[in-house]
Parts: sequence; structure tokens; C-alpha cells
Amino acid sequence: MAHIPDGVLSLPVIIGGGLIAAAGVALGLRALDERDIPKTAILAAVFFVAGLFAVPVGPSSVHLLLGGLMGLILGVRAFPAVFVGLLLQAVMFGFGGLSSLGVDTVNMALPGVALAYTARPLMARAAPTTRGVLAAAVAALAVVGTASGVALALALSSPDYVPALRIVALTYLPLAVVEAIVTGFTVTFLARVEPEILTPAPREACP
Amino acid sequence: MSDAFVCGCAPTARPSLDRLDARLRVLAVVATVTTILVIRSPIVLAALVPIAVSLARLSGLSWRDLGDRLAHVEGFLVVLAILLPLTVPGPAWIAIGPLALSQPGVDRAILVLLRVNLCAVAILTLLAGLEPVRFGHALARLGVPPKLVHLLLFAARWVALIRAEATRLHEALRARAFRAETSLHTLRTLAHFTGQLLVRAFDRAARVDEAMRCRAFAGRFALVAAERPARPDALFAAGLSLGLALVIAVDRLI
Repeated sequence: MAHIPDGVLSLPVIIGGGLIAAAGVALGLRALDERDIPKTAILAAVFFVAGLFAVPVGPSSVHLLLGGLMGLILGVRAFPAVFVGLLLQAVMFGFGGLSSLGVDTVNMALPGVALAYTARPLMARAAPTTRGVLAAAVAALAVVGTASGVALALALSSPDYVPALRIVALTYLPLAVVEAIVTGFTVTFLARVEPEILTPAPREACP
Repeated sequence: MSDAFVCGCAPTARPSLDRLDARLRVLAVVATVTTILVIRSPIVLAALVPIAVSLARLSGLSWRDLGDRLAHVEGFLVVLAILLPLTVPGPAWIAIGPLALSQPGVDRAILVLLRVNLCAVAILTLLAGLEPVRFGHALARLGVPPKLVHLLLFAARWVALIRAEATRLHEALRARAFRAETSLHTLRTLAHFTGQLLVRAFDRAARVDEAMRCRAFAGRFALVAAERPARPDALFAAGLSLGLALVIAVDRLI
């Protein structure tokens, strides 16, 4: 849903999105200790697999993006994780755009990462249920952020797209609701079962 | 799997393309998509559609693969393609009652439709089914940062395992007569499903981390790729560049 196919965006938007994505991926890679690569990769794989599931919404269905959850768990490392996920999707299923890879990465990773940074201090010492509520808010806003990113990329590409955007934006509403509920319950579950995932301990000094 | 969550299915590998150097496939798909994006004439684009589809079929893709992929793209396009002719200002092309389809809007919609579908077919044809490991090595040899390549290789390695894990959890759900529907119960089940997947993956990650450190992993793998460009690669590269150059030339001339 957040994938913009090739052939829709204009060249300046493609380049701008590519540059922001490159900066985000570079930041994420810098934050990623080389020894942490396997861990991050496993979590990236989980998000990739979770995104394959279709959740029925009335007669239609939506696929989860989990941008908020990714931001909460991976932090800025969500950028390379999303980018890798998009690349894998392209080679494994032939899905997704090539020229829009940068814009897609930014749209999916940036809102979650930014919101998670604001929400993390609030969540650190909260009870599991409170954490879940906060996470639900992060997830819903992250979907809104993704939708705004898609809308902005299209609007900047051509003013002709603007009238269609209202309808495109509407399609994200059910997703925001679904993501909020799913992420809220997931974070409550994790806070009870394995809180370590949500508050990554700093890596102990290695000899 | 229609009664619970549905998994995506991947097109099968195609031996004819798998014989090519993976780097060449990556470069070929970039070149093809760029070419499609720079073409301005809808006539040239329309003429490319049958060619692209026959090449896709020739590479070994089934009609179903193509149909599934294009149906996915069309979901996004429907809104744009229907609204563009109605909303772009300009002289009317055809008027049905109060609705007037503007000429520039129709042109625009046709151009976008053709470009999007051609690019989708190109990516599906050239890239889909390429083994992620070969893809990762190809990216590394094309100059992508090693950390990113490692992340891709590890993630590709674990996607299959996590998927197997997800399938097991999924079967456990189905054995308990779970049906996905629009309800809080379904969403909570999905949340616990995702959470459990994360918990198991996290445990697995800790074990893998320890095992790798025992084997002196310091964050770097030697990326050994035995692929050397051979004659089929040269033929493919020459044919593709000739074809793309021809298409651009025709587009600029008419």
C-alpha cells in the first residue's frame, strides 16, 4: 500500500526521496554495530514476514506496515531494515518500484523512527498497558505519517494528482486503526513477555 | 489459506535468466526502468507492451505470475487513472452528462498507466526469482556498503526460517479453528502472533549471536562470488542496450 510504483513520481521527487533515504540508511548503518547485524537482520526478517499477512477489513483486506513497531524496536536502524525489506520484496516477488525505492523507504521508516524517539522516554518506565496505549498512538500516527509522505510525494510530482489524493488518503484510515490495535496489543504482550526487546540494553564492552 | 491470514507467493526461479551474471540482471533492470521513464511518447510505450509481455513469457513467467503482479499495481492506479481525466483542467475529450473527460487528463492517465505497468513487468521479468544470496553478492560487487549487504544476506537467510515459524504458528491457530475476520479478536490474535514471532526471533537472534561470536564473527563475511561475465552475458547486454537505444531513438524521432 505504501509502495509507489515506478512511473508516477517526477524526477526531482525521485532524487529528493533518494537523498533523504540515503541519509537515513547511512545514519542507521552508523548506529548499527557490525556485531549487531545478525540481530537486526532477524528482526527485519520478522517485519518482512509480518507484512505478508493480509488482515481482513470488511470486504477487503490490508497488509500491515508496522512502521511504528519497527521504530520502537529498531530505532534509526529501521531505515536500513526497511530498505533491505523493500529490496528483498523486489527480488523475491518482483514487487515494488525501483525508482521510488528511496521515497518508499522514507515514507515507511521516517514517521516510525521520529515518533518512536519522542515516545520512548515516556514508555521506558510505564506499565505494560500504558506502553501499549502509547505504542498504539505511535502506530496510528506513523500510518498517518506514511500516508502524508505518499501524498506529499505525489503532490510534489504533479499538481494533477492532488484531487486523487483525498481518496488515496482515505484508504489509509482503516490501516491506521488496524495498526494501532495490533501494535498496542503487541507491545503490551512484549512488555509482559520479553521487555528486553523494547528496551535494547547497551551492548556490553567486548574484550 | 483463505480462511486465515494469507501469505504472498513468489514466482518460481527461471533457469534461462539464472544463467546470467546477477550483476548484469541488476544493471539491466535499472537501465530498462530508466528507459521506460524517459520515454515521452505514449505510442512507443504502447508498442512496448506486447514486446515486454512476450519477453516476460519467454523468460518463463506464467500468465498467472504476470496477472498477480499487475493486479497488485492496478490497485494503486485505479484511483489515479479514474480521477486524472476528471480533474485535470483542459479541453474536453468526451463528455458524458455532467462528467467531462479532459484531453490532457486522459493523455496523462494513459501515460502513467503504460509506464507503471511496463516498469512492473520489467522488474518482474528481470529481477523476480533471483536468489537473494546472489543478489546480495551482486550488490556488494556493484559497490553497495558491506554492512547493508550483510544485513540483506542475513535477512534473506532468515526470511525463510521466520516464515516457517510463522506457518507453524498459523497452523496452530487453524488447528484451534481460528478464522480471520474483522473483529477485535482477530486483531488481538494477530498482535500476539506478531509478538510471539518477535519473541522467538529474538531468542533465535541471541543464540545465533552467541554461536557466531564463538566462531570469531566480527561483523564481516568474506563475500566470495565465482561469477565471471561469460558469452551469454555479453550477448544479453548487447541485445538489451541495442534494444533500449533503439526505443529511445524512435521515441525522440517521432
